[in-house]
Amino acid sequence: MERRDFIRKSALASGILLVPSFLKGMEFVSLDQLSGYKNVVIIQLSGGNDGLNTIVPYTNDIYYKLRPKISKKRADILQLSDELGINGKCVALKSLFDSGELTIINNVGYPNPNRSHFRSTDIWQTASSSDQYLKTGWIGRYLDANCQSSFEAIEHDSSLSLALKGEIKKGIALTDPRQLFQSTREHYFQSLVDGTNSELLTEDNQGYLYKTMLETYSSAEYIFEQAKTYDSKGQYPNTKFGKNLKGIADLIVSGLKTRVYYTSHSGFDTHVNQLATQDRLLEDYSEGIGAFVNDLKKNDRFKDTLILTFSEFGRRVSENGSSGTDHGSANNVFVIGGNLKKKGLYNACPDLQNLDDNGDLRFSVDFRSIYATVLKDWLEVSDKDILNQEFNRLDFI
Amino acid sequence: MELSKKQIQHLYWRAGFGVDPSDLNKLEGKPLEVLVDELFESSKRFAPLEMKLAAGASNQKKQSKNEKKKQAKINKTGLHELNVLWMTQLATTEAVLREKMTLFFHDHFAVRIKSPVDNLTFNNLLREHALGDFGKLLVAVSKSPAMLSFLNNKQNVKDHPNENFAREVLELFTLGRDNGYTEKDIQEAARAFTGWSYDEEGNFVIHQKKHDDGSKTFLGHTGNFDGDDILQLILKEKQTAIYLTEKLIDLFIGRELPGNRAEYFASVFFNANYDLQTLIRALLTSDDFMDARSIGCKIKSPTEFLTGMTRLFEVDFKEKTTLVQIQRKLNQELFFPPNVAGWPGGRAWIDSSTLMLRLKAPSVILNFGVIEWDEKGDMPEDKLIQLEEKRDNTQAKVEKKMQAYPNWEAFEKKMKNEQSRLKEFLIQPELSVGAQKLLAVSDSVSLKDQAIEIVSLPEYQLF
Repeated sequence: MERRDFIRKSALASGILLVPSFLKGMEFVSLDQLSGYKNVVIIQLSGGNDGLNTIVPYTNDIYYKLRPKISKKRADILQLSDELGINGKCVALKSLFDSGELTIINNVGYPNPNRSHFRSTDIWQTASSSDQYLKTGWIGRYLDANCQSSFEAIEHDSSLSLALKGEIKKGIALTDPRQLFQSTREHYFQSLVDGTNSELLTEDNQGYLYKTMLETYSSAEYIFEQAKTYDSKGQYPNTKFGKNLKGIADLIVSGLKTRVYYTSHSGFDTHVNQLATQDRLLEDYSEGIGAFVNDLKKNDRFKDTLILTFSEFGRRVSENGSSGTDHGSANNVFVIGGNLKKKGLYNACPDLQNLDDNGDLRFSVDFRSIYATVLKDWLEVSDKDILNQEFNRLDFI
Repeated sequence: MELSKKQIQHLYWRAGFGVDPSDLNKLEGKPLEVLVDELFESSKRFAPLEMKLAAGASNQKKQSKNEKKKQAKINKTGLHELNVLWMTQLATTEAVLREKMTLFFHDHFAVRIKSPVDNLTFNNLLREHALGDFGKLLVAVSKSPAMLSFLNNKQNVKDHPNENFAREVLELFTLGRDNGYTEKDIQEAARAFTGWSYDEEGNFVIHQKKHDDGSKTFLGHTGNFDGDDILQLILKEKQTAIYLTEKLIDLFIGRELPGNRAEYFASVFFNANYDLQTLIRALLTSDDFMDARSIGCKIKSPTEFLTGMTRLFEVDFKEKTTLVQIQRKLNQELFFPPNVAGWPGGRAWIDSSTLMLRLKAPSVILNFGVIEWDEKGDMPEDKLIQLEEKRDNTQAKVEKKMQAYPNWEAFEKKMKNEQSRLKEFLIQPELSVGAQKLLAVSDSVSLKDQAIEIVSLPEYQLF
């Protein structure tokens, strides 16, 4: 480790991290105070969502030629423009599009795309180039550079993604604030926490366990106490994804001082019989988002929330032999919010005439430009410090 | 070299699921090579998991909606039964090294399919080859209904190749991600695997009409390759030995090795034509393995964590599905890997929510959720009574749910010779200062209460 990093790290570790009394000084914020307190919700469609059957180029002959079995017909879509239509299952998304609360950014990707789920997920979550291997996630680095506490980034899921793991701080993973809180109520563990000096902790796995324990203690009570205030009655789909979104809505409306929420919706790896599977997943996604946005609107929090949806890659333009699609590259990204500057279709349609050597879409927007925009223009922090590089920002917010 | 008790424990934790305390005296004084020989000897026999299942039931194609629903239910119950069967084998078997490697390959060749029959066959296939020839295992896995269906090779046909299997075989099973192959190699390999499928009974078949027998260029070689040729070409690459060896170093030694040690072990493996036993023996008898830095440096997988506890305390789970629920909570449900890459492992096992569950799990499994820890001395009597009442309440509630019963009598008997080193026996790494303080002020006197306190420490998560 470089000396500079070491000093910075020790300063952080001794100053703020994990001092139990620091919680006492923290006041819970009321709803009015939270007005203008911006947060971002990030959703990964895991498995590689087929962007072309989500936002369909319904007037493009090449699309129909390359997908004789699984193309979306005109009747299966809801029209967005003269060239593009959205999958017919996405009714709620269509109405967000109509009300100017959805921006669709086409052709998002990165140079030398990697078609492995795991590698490409890592690339998206760490905001690395395709030949760069980073051990920290971009939200984790945001926590390191800009936040005091782990709960400022929460993943609503049973485990924590790389995206939320920083060098010094990690976000909190939870599915139920009560459960997390109760797990910290054991007298024995509390005594262990009280008797542990965070400055003496090592870099090995043992130190890692203790650090995680201390961080959990410093966040669990806050999250639980705060989250008690709101329990949404909205109509969320009765799926894991629906439950995660409801959980996030509860936390946002309860007034948690959390800036980043993260969750995922999985099953998009449609190598076989794609149509039924993807339709079901997209319907789930769209209905969930619809309920989520309604919830936030009712509580006046939508204007301060930005929802970003991505997938690790898109899928090949040509269908495969099993009515499905193989791994591809560039894809669309959805930005949803009450305060969008550029609404609707952000940029040009995918160019099906100019595919790469694998028959995949070429990217025109680097995904890190989107991250940079969210960091700088929404969360109002230095994007360069987190992304380690300057990217052209976009103007959707 | 004379091995310390701690080192013997280390060997049995890494090559198995911990050592029986009553065996420690017998093992002490034997050289490492002999202990490793004994481990192989007790794993020599291959005892497959056996379960009565309607063969082929899940492979039927045309089913009505009702039949499908029924089938789904049968599959789910079947997988739970299979899970419990394996957990029982893990908790009782002498062939610990074979089971350890079966678990390793359950993760390495991760499949997630619904059919209990195919899962059972696949799991036994992994067990059979677990200490044998990796090349043979790779071929058998590639031709198994489980893998063929999971990675869609049934749908991989001439004119419309499906790349799923070809990509993962290179990326996850052999060479490792981005290690000396291209997108073109994947596409060519996919062509070679076209037509590979299986029949209703689960036998491997090649549909010649669907097989692309044209010329392919793969990793620089050109020919009319079929799937078998591709697998052999992959095995010719030393990178395959390097990738597997790195994973096995992580499994047994658990830390990055300095200099060219990894390369050395990879050469051992490659020169032994992928004989797993040769490599494992080299790893376990190496100085790197017994180095103090290797002891207690790894985080247990949930299965290792659970199995270690179940074996030592002889826990009887009256309600077997509880075992499945605990696995699910700890993020490792057997037969349900998160995806084809298996479980991320290492530090990924631990985050805010899983850590607290894992710290709580020992007291839940061993004492219905109560750690009887109190600080020595000054608690007023009325408070003490109150606390005991609260604890009794908790225990009554948790017992109903868990129905897990450790055998404390047996434990005390087994621990007879090791009682004075209870901490050293239960915990592999050095205790933290905080943990030492906590145990020092404890007013617990019984072996049971002390043991529960110790296994509830973060250090028990390590081995």
